[in-house]
Amino acid sequence: MDSSRPSDHIDSADPQTIVQPTLGVVGYLRFFWRQLTSMRTALFLLLLLAVAAIPGSLVPQVSSDPNGVIQYRRNSPDVAAVLDALQVFTTYTSVWFSAIYLLLFVSLIGCVIPRAKHHFDALRARPPRTPAKLSRLDGFTTRESSADTAVIVDSAELLLRREGYRTERYSSTDRAAAGARGEPDSVSAERGYARETGNLVFHTALIGVLVAVGIGGGFGYSGQRVIVEGEAFSNNLANYDSFNPGRFFESSALEPYSIALDSFEVVYEQGNLSALGLALDFTAAVTTTTQGAQPQAAQIKVNEPLSIGQMQVYLLGNGYAPVVTVRDPDGTVVFSQPTACLPQDGNLTSICIIKVPDGLDKQIGMRGFLYPTTVALETGALTSNFPDLLNPTLTLEVYTGDLGLDNGTATSAYVINTDSLTQIAGREADAATIALTPGDSIELPNGLGSVELTAIPRFVSLDVHHDPSQLWVLVFSVLVVAGLLTSLYIPRRRVWVKVVANADGTHAIEYAGLARGEDPGLDAAVVAIAEKHSQALPIRLQS
Amino acid sequence: MTEMFVSYSLVAVYSAMGVYTLAFVLFAVDLARRSAASPADRLAATTEVRAASNAAVSTASGVAASGAASPVSGGTTSVLERETGRESDAAASGSKKGPRYLRAAMALIVLAWVLHVAAVIFRGVAAGRVPWANMFEFALTATAIIVGVFLVTQFWQDLRFLGVFISGFALVALGVSTTNFYVDVVPLPPALQSVWLIIHVFVATLGTGFFALGAGLSVVQLLKVRRDAGGLQRLGFLDTLPSAEKLENSAYRLNVIGFVFWTFTLIAGAIWAERAWGRYWGWDTKEVWTFIIWTLFAGYIHARATRGWRGSRSAWLAIIGFSAVIFNFTIVNLFFKGLHSYSGL
Repeated sequence: MDSSRPSDHIDSADPQTIVQPTLGVVGYLRFFWRQLTSMRTALFLLLLLAVAAIPGSLVPQVSSDPNGVIQYRRNSPDVAAVLDALQVFTTYTSVWFSAIYLLLFVSLIGCVIPRAKHHFDALRARPPRTPAKLSRLDGFTTRESSADTAVIVDSAELLLRREGYRTERYSSTDRAAAGARGEPDSVSAERGYARETGNLVFHTALIGVLVAVGIGGGFGYSGQRVIVEGEAFSNNLANYDSFNPGRFFESSALEPYSIALDSFEVVYEQGNLSALGLALDFTAAVTTTTQGAQPQAAQIKVNEPLSIGQMQVYLLGNGYAPVVTVRDPDGTVVFSQPTACLPQDGNLTSICIIKVPDGLDKQIGMRGFLYPTTVALETGALTSNFPDLLNPTLTLEVYTGDLGLDNGTATSAYVINTDSLTQIAGREADAATIALTPGDSIELPNGLGSVELTAIPRFVSLDVHHDPSQLWVLVFSVLVVAGLLTSLYIPRRRVWVKVVANADGTHAIEYAGLARGEDPGLDAAVVAIAEKHSQALPIRLQS
Repeated sequence: MTEMFVSYSLVAVYSAMGVYTLAFVLFAVDLARRSAASPADRLAATTEVRAASNAAVSTASGVAASGAASPVSGGTTSVLERETGRESDAAASGSKKGPRYLRAAMALIVLAWVLHVAAVIFRGVAAGRVPWANMFEFALTATAIIVGVFLVTQFWQDLRFLGVFISGFALVALGVSTTNFYVDVVPLPPALQSVWLIIHVFVATLGTGFFALGAGLSVVQLLKVRRDAGGLQRLGFLDTLPSAEKLENSAYRLNVIGFVFWTFTLIAGAIWAERAWGRYWGWDTKEVWTFIIWTLFAGYIHARATRGWRGSRSAWLAIIGFSAVIFNFTIVNLFFKGLHSYSGL
């Protein structure tokens, strides 16, 4: 019916006997284009896309679970090699996944363009000529009337226009008496053009979403940074702990500003025994300074990011960063700074790695646990049973040797390689593991100096994001929904009203409709029109 | 106080499960009796239906005129007429066949649903927030909404024959969640403290309700097609149900509503993810499966408009889509690692 639709669309005319001419290069191109833009191909690509998305949910992804990927590689290196070759760890940016959705979108564009053109023409065209035999169409019904043809046609047109139809009068004698225009005896009406408009908006908006996502990914960036209470961070590439730039990112795009973490408050559940220690609220009080402006107080909470210029700052993690002070045998401070410890469980038992490369006779490294609320198990091992700092203990195993910081290779601050180090305090050494509570100071073995737990401030990990197109993604998404609703729920239909003269001089009025697309209410709508129309007609008493 | 409302809620859940069981049995008995009726009876019923629907067409004008833009199509009207025809006949002859059990089953499922909704409300009062913050609560509320969608759709069309499926589904879901997913009331973690918890999750559940009904209709449609082809000799009740084409049309209309809700869920989720996690889309496992489901139903809608795919093929797609919804709720929640890990288990 619609020449603009793919030939295998349910509303297109059934393909007749297929004549196969020899195809030239252009012929083949046209053939492949038709295949690509057919309904069957679109359907196949959609289902393929659904299937292709599955592996990415079974295997950890670099983008959403980088640690999971590292662990997977460590646990099963052979499988990982195969998965790497197939780009499964980066499923959603892989060549094959991209190929599927790009083909799908090409197919979609190939479908949308001709349809848009066709619809543009249809919007300006008048409703088509009334078919000769209405009785074959949907919802066919008749009413009797004694009114004049002109009156019937006038009132039918008025009624249909009021119901939102676009109308056109036709005369059935036009064709019979070529040239001589007869009196119009039928009304052809069509409504629901918005259905196709909605359909086109829906599909076009999907393209818009894809393009906006692509632009955002290219020009945006995200960076992570840990800040301890009392510290500040200024927006500079070197200051990020990790940074993920888009393909077209330039470091000049970083807006100059700084954030100081004044305090970080956490509220824990204390009453409900089945949720004891559950964090109920996180509030980071910060002071932000942008170029040429006064410092401003602000706060960041989960679900309430902070906007600075074009950037959003999110609160994603937190923990403790004990300040450890190391002194040499003379009592001179050689190291005193907070070290962010990695939380291991809900009660914030955390692993701390402290490296002191300078100031003492030997480099020392310390690895230990922070227990915010310390309790001793029956085995003598310590654990924490509440995440707040009610009874904190920091235990440290101390190593000496070359920390490997001077040879230029990058090392993680959260990892210590003890292979080439000598333990001087801990389970494998003569001296016991050092255990400190705040304010304690303990001598290191071998007269190396002393170590003190000075304070235990909290740290937060902040995510700084810039996505220049996310508002556009939202706008297109809203258009997607609007287009979807319009294209599914506005019925597109044609209705005809036709006057047929009876032998006795009265008239039979025929009504019928034609659905264009899914239209389960068509029959009822035609009946309703017939009913309203026949009731609106003046009744002429038979003399 | 909390303890008290929690126990009220549990008592209501167990009572609802008991009544759902009875409703399930009666729905099944109704279908069995329809099957047991002799083929001649069914044939008689069918001819009677034809007569009734012819009558319906002639009176349809009156019906439509009284309710101006009545969404009930001519086709649907004849379905309704069929049921009324059967019932009045049954009442007149005093034989009181299927409909008696069906009516009793409907009364019971309404009662069960009222108890079920009470359980949901008590749970919400106990927690002092929306009752869908962990897997148990979500299952509790979602099944209530699914049954609610089933009951409300009866005003639109007679889908009571799906009662076996819906009451059975509610029973299994409640049974599994009370025994395996149960957790005590706990406050919301900061990530869930958002108005989007109410919107996003609620709309997702509504969508699930429509997908469930759609899948039920698609299953019946496939059975019907098989019987029409001469198979399934023992499932005689299928003859008393609407035609495969009519079932397919109804399933399509329900699934389309589900698809709209699902699209909204996806977008609302993205907006929330942007607030809570700093990105609107990150291919988290739950996001992946929400996307897969969306794509499957988009495929389903396209299949309906593709020659050669209307009918059984698109019905299979709808069933696969609903299976993916269930998979997303159970397997993905329990065994997949991701940010949406709020099962509380």
